[in-house]
Amino acid sequence: MSVNQISIFLENKTGQLAEITGLLAENHINLRAISIAETADYGVLRIIADDAEKATSVLLSHGNILSMTPVTVVAVEDKPAGLSELLSLLSDGDVAIEYMYSLFTHQNGKAYMVFRIAEEEAFVKLLASHGLTPATAEELNLK
Amino acid sequence: MSNYYQPEIETASREQILQWQNERLVNQIKHVWDNVPYYRKKMEEKGVTPDDIKGVDDLKKLPFLTKDDLREAYPYGLLAKPLSECVRIQSTSGTTGKRVVAFYTQNDIDLWEDCCARAIMAVGGTKEDVCHVSYGYGLFTGGPGLNGGSHKVGCLTLPMSSGNTERQLQFMTDLGSTIICCTPSYAAYLAESIYEQGLQDKIKLKAGIFGAEAWSEDMRRDIENKLHMKAYDIYGLTEISGPGVSFECEEQTGMHINEDHFIAEIINPDTGEVLPYGEKGELVFTCITKEAFPMIRYRTRDICVLTNEKCSCGRTFIKMCKPMGRSDDMLIVKGVNVFPSQIETVLIQQGYPANYQIVVDRVNNSDTLEVLVEMTPEIFSDSLGKITEMEKSLVAELKAMLGIYAKVKLVAPKTIARSEGKAVRVIDKRKI
Repeated sequence: MSVNQISIFLENKTGQLAEITGLLAENHINLRAISIAETADYGVLRIIADDAEKATSVLLSHGNILSMTPVTVVAVEDKPAGLSELLSLLSDGDVAIEYMYSLFTHQNGKAYMVFRIAEEEAFVKLLASHGLTPATAEELNLK
Repeated sequence: MSNYYQPEIETASREQILQWQNERLVNQIKHVWDNVPYYRKKMEEKGVTPDDIKGVDDLKKLPFLTKDDLREAYPYGLLAKPLSECVRIQSTSGTTGKRVVAFYTQNDIDLWEDCCARAIMAVGGTKEDVCHVSYGYGLFTGGPGLNGGSHKVGCLTLPMSSGNTERQLQFMTDLGSTIICCTPSYAAYLAESIYEQGLQDKIKLKAGIFGAEAWSEDMRRDIENKLHMKAYDIYGLTEISGPGVSFECEEQTGMHINEDHFIAEIINPDTGEVLPYGEKGELVFTCITKEAFPMIRYRTRDICVLTNEKCSCGRTFIKMCKPMGRSDDMLIVKGVNVFPSQIETVLIQQGYPANYQIVVDRVNNSDTLEVLVEMTPEIFSDSLGKITEMEKSLVAELKAMLGIYAKVKLVAPKTIARSEGKAVRVIDKRKI
């Protein structure tokens, strides 16, 4: 049920990000989500690409340091309180979020949130108990 | 008229000094031959016995001692007195491998403190002075050495130790410190703080005794102008005793070596050949009065020049210039000895690649140490928290190893500069 996220090590200096996106553009890889966590000196760029396998091999062949992490994507109503309701479920269910960001994709009045959660199984169970299921790669048009 | 602590020694005739050196060297060699199997073995390997050593002219027959010997003999292998007669150890920072543990009898401490007392009186110190010691106390020799010397002179001694600038300035202004002992970079830092806080008029300093790291004549003039006092150099190393192996007088043209305790030589670092006065080479010391831990022909790795020109201060001891560099890869950062290999050891232990770069700089008159480490797939994680956690633990391990803070900077792979395929391990940007 999870989706592959690619995390890439970046030094915190001008041009680093453009280099990565340039590389992906050259190889016709489309980005579905992007998020950056940074310190003063370096950062972790997290992306969801339409073709994770191809993106990985392109990035690796250019000497980048990266890792693949399974993340869970959940659709929320694209309206006020859409996200808040979902997060309340997690809070009440005592499920901790390591990090979270949003997908560019919008369809059928839904927005999509990407979750990295250590106890993924518990998270999926919690969703199920409220009649929710994580979005699949097919649904998001990911290879 | 200069101010001496032991005028009969400090202004003795050259004949008298030579006589002391001859007698003391002969006795010292007998002492180490009888009591230190390590020395005896080294001498036997060179085919020398105490009978061959009749005076200073025979010094060149003796084998050199290096830091490798200290490592091999750690901790007791060079001890020349029973531990029951030793009263103190001092040590340099570093791994067990690089650490130097020096032993002192009470007599060794006395003579070391005499040397420091000479240095304090050479800058005009008397029992009327308030001597503010901002060298670190503890295993580092800086604090304990000058502290002891200050007592011998009879100064009111402020054992401040290093750090906590606010407290330093408070004592300096409230108690009217007149002499300060610290690293030159800390002196420059204090001078700036004094200006920032507008305390110039409350400062009564007349002299500073600055050592344990390299500093330039420009830095000297800068400190002197800012603090309206004289800035003097002092030299020493834990292996030989600590600060006070040599010290500057009012002429400020080099440091008088306490030749009644230490015989200095300059050698060609490649061949070991002894060079005449005035020539540049590696400084070598022989301790002729130390009992517990007497170094014989110890190679300091400091590149230096000795001069025997007559000094206007009346002291007859020869002088050494400021060390001009090193014949090994040791760095001195904030007065602390740092070997690149120590940093490498920590990196490997912590699972980092051995491809690193050390960048030393001087920012606002204070040394900075930065270690660039290339990121690897093994260390990398999608969680920034995990990476910063590892980084923090690396910083802590480096601090434990070096005794000083080193900033760690994680960099992208293959970004550390290489020249002709060989990585440049150390970049020293300090303009000294």
